[in-house]
Amino acid sequence: MGSARAHDLRTVLSGDDIARASRRIAHEIVEKAKGASDLVLLGIPTRGVTLAHRIGRAISEIEGIDVPVGALDITLYRDDLRLRPTRALEETSIPDVGIDGKIVVLVDDVLFSGRTIRAALDALNDVGRPAAVRLAVLVDRGHRELPIRPDYVGKNIPTSPAEKVRVRLSEIDDSDSVEISAGEDE
Amino acid sequence: MRHLLSAGDLDRDKALLILDTAAEMAALSDRSVKKLPTLRGRTVVNLFFEDSTRTRISFELAAKRLSADVINFAAKGSSVSKGESLKDTALTLEAMGADAVVIRHWDSGAPYRLAHADWIGGSVVNAGDGTHEHPTQALLDAYTMRRHLRDGKGALEGVRVGIVGDILHSRVARSNVLLLQTLGAQVTLVAPPTLLPIGIDTWPCEVSYDIESVLPNVDAVMMLRVQQERMQAAYFPTAREYSRLYGLNGDRMRLLPEHAIVLHPGPMNRGMEISAEVADSDRAVMVEQVANGVSVRMAVLYLLLGGAKE
Amino acid sequence: MTTYVIKGVRPYGEDAVDLVITDGVITELAPVGTGKGEVIDADGLIALPGFVDLHTHLREPGREDAETIESGSQAAALGGYTCVHAMANTDPVADTAGVVEQVWRIGREVGLVDVRPVGAVTVNLDGTHLAEIGAMANSAAKVTVFSDDGKCVHDALLMRRSLEYVKAFGGVVAQHAQEPRLTENAQMNESALSGKLGMVGWPAVAEEAIIARDVLLAEHVDSRLHACHVSTAGSVEVIRWAKSRGINVTAEVTPHHLILTEDLVETYNPVYKVNPPLRTQKDVLALRQALADGTIDALATDHAPHPHEHKDCEWGAAAMGMLGLQTAFSVVMETMVEPGLLDWRGVAERMSVQPARIGGVESQGQPIKVGSIANIVVIDPKATWTVVPEALASKSSNTPYAERTFPGTVVHTFYAGRPTVIGGVLA
Repeated sequence: MGSARAHDLRTVLSGDDIARASRRIAHEIVEKAKGASDLVLLGIPTRGVTLAHRIGRAISEIEGIDVPVGALDITLYRDDLRLRPTRALEETSIPDVGIDGKIVVLVDDVLFSGRTIRAALDALNDVGRPAAVRLAVLVDRGHRELPIRPDYVGKNIPTSPAEKVRVRLSEIDDSDSVEISAGEDE
Repeated sequence: MRHLLSAGDLDRDKALLILDTAAEMAALSDRSVKKLPTLRGRTVVNLFFEDSTRTRISFELAAKRLSADVINFAAKGSSVSKGESLKDTALTLEAMGADAVVIRHWDSGAPYRLAHADWIGGSVVNAGDGTHEHPTQALLDAYTMRRHLRDGKGALEGVRVGIVGDILHSRVARSNVLLLQTLGAQVTLVAPPTLLPIGIDTWPCEVSYDIESVLPNVDAVMMLRVQQERMQAAYFPTAREYSRLYGLNGDRMRLLPEHAIVLHPGPMNRGMEISAEVADSDRAVMVEQVANGVSVRMAVLYLLLGGAKE
Repeated sequence: MTTYVIKGVRPYGEDAVDLVITDGVITELAPVGTGKGEVIDADGLIALPGFVDLHTHLREPGREDAETIESGSQAAALGGYTCVHAMANTDPVADTAGVVEQVWRIGREVGLVDVRPVGAVTVNLDGTHLAEIGAMANSAAKVTVFSDDGKCVHDALLMRRSLEYVKAFGGVVAQHAQEPRLTENAQMNESALSGKLGMVGWPAVAEEAIIARDVLLAEHVDSRLHACHVSTAGSVEVIRWAKSRGINVTAEVTPHHLILTEDLVETYNPVYKVNPPLRTQKDVLALRQALADGTIDALATDHAPHPHEHKDCEWGAAAMGMLGLQTAFSVVMETMVEPGLLDWRGVAERMSVQPARIGGVESQGQPIKVGSIANIVVIDPKATWTVVPEALASKSSNTPYAERTFPGTVVHTFYAGRPTVIGGVLA
């Protein structure tokens, strides 16, 4: 089965699919928030930040105003720190407007166990008190371990727990795609 | 990274990782809630055989901001002053479940010994040993220089640093020379020959006896504390002469380039190695060094304790 | 009366014989297979005169937890020694006839080696008042070597007086050369490494300056000087110069200064802390050369046992000194014999004949020939062994050679005609 690894790699979202999903999510965010004036987008590094910027630009095009976009590193809030070697920190940058009273949309590339989002909620709690927190993800692959659900989803992709979901974004990886590979040896 | 014992143990990547992590920690420290849950359930022991309130509270604050439990074990007035050995103290701390021991000791090499003698299983952080090293001080100095001279990013290539004072007895100088060399800076040590160690010619730096020839050519100058008791041991004739030849006063400060900063590890002897005019000037970054010290120590504790045990 | 036949042994590595010992004396060097008596097999092994140590710390009285005269004697016998000079820095200090006689008497009762007490030069090693040197010389212990070892007789006038005073008793002052002001709180050799490690340095000049002063004093008052544990290339040059001038000076070097260097201090492991400190490779090579050419007359162990807790600690708190009796011969084998710097007669000279002469011990260091007192060590130059600190006979285990494999083993030792070690174990 593992002899033909290349055949196990399948593309589930193309670059066009990702672009359409991002635009749709932008529309849904604006619709639910009844405009863009109180929005703050916070991406979770690394690819969540790239997606947040893309969605932010899409919202600006729709609404004609700039949406503050920032980054929220959750490493220091993880619940699995002791299970792995120490990780380097990613950048956290909270937009100057802050998050108090704002509608904060957390943006991540893949939603899996939900533990990253749990950590992000803890981190947000130390930054301020938003009016509401919503969650946007490009891919929801299922297998939640916590009572967390996304508000905006690019695509629901059923996976087995062993499979690996790989998101590529051109700003980082030269091209846009979402691929799934068998992850036996991970 | 299991221990931090010498600035010489840090290669360029490790040193930059600490500085970059410290920068993130500093950003978090600006928030209203300064506490992070990262080291919850971990125990950090501050084992101080020498009094050093500033270094101890800096480590204490760093550990507490990361939610570690902190035990301060001052050797004075404890069982140590009643003759208990470092080994027995270490075994006690081990039994209490210390995940990290931050040690300040009068004996050069004591942290190395603590880390390598199989007395404890946790991490050891050298918070100053004898006349040997003080690596977190060097890290906070490098962090401070990087902020002012390199926009808070990257290494210190091309930065010229003068370190002035009692090099012979200075753990700050030793750690700084090693770390600054790793980060690409050029160091010039300035001291009377009596306060330079034998073999200084093998160190990766320049040496000068003349502060005024060095000041115009540095981006940062670090003044070291000179202890009055060195006079009794004939390292220099009088405090006045030392101050006249090696002290940094206003006139000498004006020899520095416009952008240059003045550092001091503290506590300062105003009027001895540094005049009040310099200490209170805009170029002096001592207060910032203190704040940066907390960020750097948070970074070190996180990188030592934030992951699985190696 | 027992007669022992050491069968097939090669005196000084030369032709094999049956070495016959009767009543404590070598009575015959017979063709192999012809000796009659209790046979001890030594086919192909080498016989040398029993080793004599000029510099041993037996710690008794006072620190019997570190070593006793009995345990130190056992270590000595196992190391091939038939005579040791017990240093005076005990507690109480060996500065009276009473203490030296006690050490001498216990040594005789143990009976494994000739224990020769060294007397202190100054009262309580204080460096200010001459001890009763005459009383010690005239005691049952017949002390001839006087030393404040551990401390330097630094006062020039007092050193002059002691050099003069011992002449009346045929004695010698063994100086621990260490200028005290230059070595206050010193922890290791002063060098680029001490600067890097932030340790207070013990500069070579602190030894060399005292030796230079003392050879000139010895010349001036026409007395004998012995330089303890010479550790630097500079000291070797001073001694070479003094000897060329006809000054009556002898010198010793320790095994560890022939093989270990200061870079071991980087481990901060106090097992390497010793006084004088480990020096550089340049010094090591100069000391080997000096021992080969006779500038340094004798090997001396400076065997310095310390209890575990005095070494299982941080460097600054640790005691100075290392064990040496059981490893001395192997170090000489590795550093002097194997590189061709000393032949077997040379080893006999440096480890037995010269130290016996310097210590004035006539019964020791006698040649292997008919009529000599049978102080004999039989060694196997082909065998190797690995040092296990806890397995050493000493009550302490502070050897710097743990886990190290050495060439050359001591197989048998005969002290005054009696076997003290047979087959590498105490008889």
